[in-house]
Order: sequence, then C-alpha cells, then structure tokens
Amino acid sequence: MNAEAKKALIEPIVENNPVILQVLGICSALAVTSRLLPSLIMSLALTAVIAFACLFISMVRKAVPANVRIIVQMTIIASLVIVVDQLLRAYLPEVSRQLSVFVGLIITNCIVLGRAEAFSMKNGPWLSFLDGLGHGLGYSAILIIVATVRELFGTGALLGYQLLPLKSAGGWYEPNGLMVLAPSAFFLIAAIIWAVREWKPAQKEEPEFRINIVHRQEVS
Amino acid sequence: MEHYVNLAIKAIFIENLALSFFLGMCTFLAISRKVSTAIGLGAAVIVVQGVTVPLNALIYHNLLKPGALAWAGLSAIDLSFLGLITYIGVIAASVQVLEMFLDRYAPALYNALGIFLPLITVNCAILAGSLFMVERDYGYAESVVYGISSGAGWALAVVSLAAVRERLKYSDVPDGLQGLGITFVTAGLIAMAFLAFSGIQL
Repeated sequence: MNAEAKKALIEPIVENNPVILQVLGICSALAVTSRLLPSLIMSLALTAVIAFACLFISMVRKAVPANVRIIVQMTIIASLVIVVDQLLRAYLPEVSRQLSVFVGLIITNCIVLGRAEAFSMKNGPWLSFLDGLGHGLGYSAILIIVATVRELFGTGALLGYQLLPLKSAGGWYEPNGLMVLAPSAFFLIAAIIWAVREWKPAQKEEPEFRINIVHRQEVS
Repeated sequence: MEHYVNLAIKAIFIENLALSFFLGMCTFLAISRKVSTAIGLGAAVIVVQGVTVPLNALIYHNLLKPGALAWAGLSAIDLSFLGLITYIGVIAASVQVLEMFLDRYAPALYNALGIFLPLITVNCAILAGSLFMVERDYGYAESVVYGISSGAGWALAVVSLAAVRERLKYSDVPDGLQGLGITFVTAGLIAMAFLAFSGIQL
C-alpha cells in the first residue's frame, strides 16, 4: 500500500475525523448508541455503505454529467442502503427493530454524500474505496466509544454480559440513569472533542470574538 | 380532534426530532450561530416537512404498502422495499419544486429561505419524518398534523439553541471546547430540559 492510499485510510480516524472535526454524520447515529450491539451493527452498516458507495460513484464519475450528479449519487447510496436494510431484516430482525428508521437514515448521512462529492468525484475507485472505509471507521470509532460508555455506566453491562454487579441484584454498582437518556450522548461527544483537541491542538477553533482573547491575557 | 392535538404536542415536545432523536444534527449544529438565520431555517423545515410527509403518506398508502395496489387488481404485490428510494426522491423533487414556486410567486419568502432550501434535502429530520410516518402507520390526516408539528418541534429546538449560542459569545470557554464542543454541551442541556416533558402521558 503506498503512502497516498495509507493516508486516505488512516487520516479520517483521528486527524480528520468526520464526526468530531468535520461535523458530519452526527445526525442518524447518536440515538442508537444507548447499547453497544446496535451501535456495532450500525457502524458496520454505515462503513459498508460508504465504502461501496464511494467505490461505485468513483467508477461512474466520468460518465455522469455534472448537473445530475447529486441524483445519481443519491440513487447509488439509496440502493446500497436498501440492500443493507433488507439484509438486516432477513438475518438480524431483532437488531433491525431496535435500529428502526436509523438504517434508512444512512441515505441522508452527510458523511456519505460529503465524501462522494468531495473525494470520489475526483479520485480513482481504489483510493475512493479506502477513503470511504477510513471515514466509516472514523465514524465507527466515535460510535463505539460513546456506546461503550453509555451501556457500561447506564446498565452495568456490555453486550448483555453484566460487568458491574447492580445494587438491585445484590452488587455494588448504582446504574447512572442519565447515561441511557438522549442528552448523555451530547456530553460524551463534547468530552471526546475536548480530549482529542487537547491531544491534537491543531484542531482547536479560534474564539469568535477578539474581546475574549484580550480579556484572557489580562487575567493571566 | 383531541387525538390530533395530542399528536401535535407529542411531536413538538415529547418526541422532538432534534433533541430526543438527534435528527438533522448537521444543520442543527452548523446553522445555529444566529437567531435570525435559525428562524429562517426553522420556517423552511416546517414548510418542507408539512409538504413531504403527507405526500409520502399518500404514496405509501396508495402504492407501496403491502396490498396497497388492490385498486389496480394487484393485491398480492408488496412494494414496501422501494420505500426509501421513493421518499428521498419525493423529498428532493418537492424541495426543488418548492424552490422554483417560491422564486416565482413569493420572492420575499424565497429570499428569506433561499439558501436553506437545498440544504434541507439532505436533512435527516425530513426523511425521518416520512419514515416515522410509515413505522407508526399514520393515516392521511395524522400525517399532515405530524409533518407540520414535527417540523415545528425541530424549528423550536434550533431557535432556542441559536439563542443560547448568541449569549455564549460572552463566555470564557476552555480552548479545547471552543466552537463545536461547547455547542454539543449546550444542545445536551437543552435536550435535558426537554426531558421534563417526557413524563407527560397523553
């Protein structure tokens, strides 16, 4: 694998993560992160869709006129999502019911369309496939971290195995009810953003107003 | 009547698309810097949601539902697997038509909504509105109420987030949380406030 391919695959995982830096694809996913299993399946589904969507879009990129490209991209993405959705319904009906509409919402997940538009329309199929795969993995990383924390601290279990014995069952762990509710995902992502930006200071955003900076210097 | 009022209240407050289902997050976070633009975006979402959900309900009930083609003598056909691609097509098309219509007949409104309309095609809240309509099996009148009120709920959320973010200018946020991070925390707090509605039984 040459350097360019490696960069396309590895960079989106931390350096240029789609969720926490590019603000893409937060939409459909956060609601599924209250348990780890649906999150894993969701990550897998999205990674598969984005990798193959990038591959196919890149393959047809020279045959598509510029003014109908969005429709063509949408059709390719929607068809792949339908395939994934039907597969899940057939083989994992239980998880499919938990994910409800969120598999369908992969169509409007901005990561997929964003990568198709920004990368696959300009690069060859193999490179686009890797880029899609990398972005899928970057998204999955965030999803899995959030889901692990939420399920472990919210219910004391992971994938159905009780790791922290609950007080109600004679153990010592009092489950944190906030973690199973929607807002905790926002706080966890904020925490991930903070941690990553302390680690990679280049990702920090400038404050919007200068007055803020002046004030800070006076204080310190 | 009471049924519809309950449905509307549920869609706006209890099952708020943005704050309890995390839908339309990309636009929600990106276009909430100023209250005035948030209001424009919110209005656009209400309009598009109010048009596309009933339209998709019509298509679902008359063409796609298992057995829906009975009027054409084809009662054994189940086209529901075509749902996703149909809904997104309807949404993209109606946004396009709406844009042209407003441009021609209501230029003032067009200028206010202008840049937000194309963005709305890829807003997951819109597609989710149609998918929830199918999943919960709303009838036609219900789908009209649900479309408008779920759009209104989203608009309410984005305007309140924008109002808080305008105030955040004056705060001293840690470097790493600046921008996106603090927005997530704010959205989380608003979502928590909306949880207060979740105990309401209708």
